[in-house]
Amino acid sequence: MKLGLDRPLYQQFAVWLGSLLSGDLGVSIFSNQPVTRLLAQRMEPTISLTITTTIVMVLLAVPIGVIAAWRADTWIDHAVMTLAVLGFSLPIFVVAYLLIYGLAMTWDFFPVQGYAPLGDGIGAWAKHLVLPSLTLGLSFMALIARITRASMLEVLSQDFIRTARSKGLGPRQLLIDHALANAAVPIVTIIGVGVALLLGGVVVTESVFAIPGIGRLVVDAILTRDYPVIQGVLLIFSGVYVVLNLIIDLLYVVLDPRIRY
Amino acid sequence: MTDALQHVRLAGEAGVLAPPPRGVLRRYPMVVLGGLLFAVVLLVTLAAPWLASHDPQEIDPIARLRPPSAEHLLGTDALGRDVWSRTIYGGRISLLVGLLVGLLASAIGLAIGLISGYSRVADAIVMRVMDGLMSIPAILLAIALMSVIRASILTVIIAITVVEIPRVVRLVRSVVLTLREQAYVEAAVIAGTRPARIVFKHILPNTLAPLIVQTTYICAAAMLVESILSFLGAGTPPEVPSWGNIMAEGRTFFQIAPWLILSPGLLLGATVLAINLVGDGLRGALDPRIARRM
Repeated sequence: MKLGLDRPLYQQFAVWLGSLLSGDLGVSIFSNQPVTRLLAQRMEPTISLTITTTIVMVLLAVPIGVIAAWRADTWIDHAVMTLAVLGFSLPIFVVAYLLIYGLAMTWDFFPVQGYAPLGDGIGAWAKHLVLPSLTLGLSFMALIARITRASMLEVLSQDFIRTARSKGLGPRQLLIDHALANAAVPIVTIIGVGVALLLGGVVVTESVFAIPGIGRLVVDAILTRDYPVIQGVLLIFSGVYVVLNLIIDLLYVVLDPRIRY
Repeated sequence: MTDALQHVRLAGEAGVLAPPPRGVLRRYPMVVLGGLLFAVVLLVTLAAPWLASHDPQEIDPIARLRPPSAEHLLGTDALGRDVWSRTIYGGRISLLVGLLVGLLASAIGLAIGLISGYSRVADAIVMRVMDGLMSIPAILLAIALMSVIRASILTVIIAITVVEIPRVVRLVRSVVLTLREQAYVEAAVIAGTRPARIVFKHILPNTLAPLIVQTTYICAAAMLVESILSFLGAGTPPEVPSWGNIMAEGRTFFQIAPWLILSPGLLLGATVLAINLVGDGLRGALDPRIARRM
């Protein structure tokens, strides 16, 4: 009776929406704790992982895309782009195990799994996040690398690049200051899409590396049919997705002054 | 473009790659490479009864967790079952899931996309539902669907299809929206052609090229999602040896028997890569303009 399961679905939904307005997401059926508290406990690892992964992903993918565009249709181009697609073709957990096998098990420096909260010192925190972020970053970099390459190719074929080249600019200035700045809008869009996809990947990565984040929480909740927790997590994920898209839209104005709302 | 279509049709009609027209290899090396790789995987899994050295379900408690050897090509798992035999039988399930999801999601997505692109009223409703579905991460949505229905190969296929449909709808709709403004469609409207005929005769054929490309990506994605579902324990039931299941069972023994995860994992990776290569190549062949931009 406390769960209101005797009422029709639409009433249950209305009650859930109503209490949502006062910041109440209900109580977990399984652990009998408020969903908001469960979410708050699991928030830090997931946010940390998402941020570090985004950094890794961008640092890997954008240079790869730029280099591939700069040396378009040479073996360098084909090699790096094939590598990027390969990362996208392997299931995330296989990438994870390959990294564990190749790095953590042969080299004691990286922990095989687990998570250290930021409170334990930034060194331990970072060390535990290297492999999970690499895993996710390698899986999703193909997406960003491809768009970066395409967007760069388009800009590089324009007249002002030829002018800049004839002025005698070196490749670094030419590629980064002139081309990349003008190719930024599609790249930022796809980074946003990448971060949204990443939220799904976080679920798997947290399971493999035993990170106590929201992904683990929701997988456990789904397997134990803990519906209030599932609802809460899906609400958070969808909310993040919407906010992310808004941020991207707003960033356009910064990146390209010609765009106005 | 028509030329390229011709090759694609030829490839489709004559099994995967019966005598390739001259020049195809040079012009679309990736399609040929991917197609060959995929054909090899397909043949190996279809020929599983002849290629398997053991019964994939046969338990041999004495030979547990043996490393790869002449007797067991890829070693044995925790129950002494032969990993090579399980892997090639498991490929059948994974490929079946990939192909069926690709076909189902494309067919249903095409139907919804055509309606949504052509009727403004339907569009408003359909697209909000699709936006809602797309705002939930694909894997989460699939796990959630699996938790509501009983686990079987069929339910896995249904769950992944539901997840993939919105992507097809978006694509088809965007193509229909641009086609609808084309002069030849306007001409057909003025000539008094019935809407159903316009949709099927004039619009549908033009959505097929991008749809075929999308279907290959969906196949690849579906196989990955299946493995992830099984890996998390929400996929095909344990008695069915799919690639995901073999890896899920190998998880606890990874440190002492890494071949349990790596052999099906790398094979799955190779298959998905092959499909992706075909998709990329087809995109290049069917629409050179997009290919340059992507």
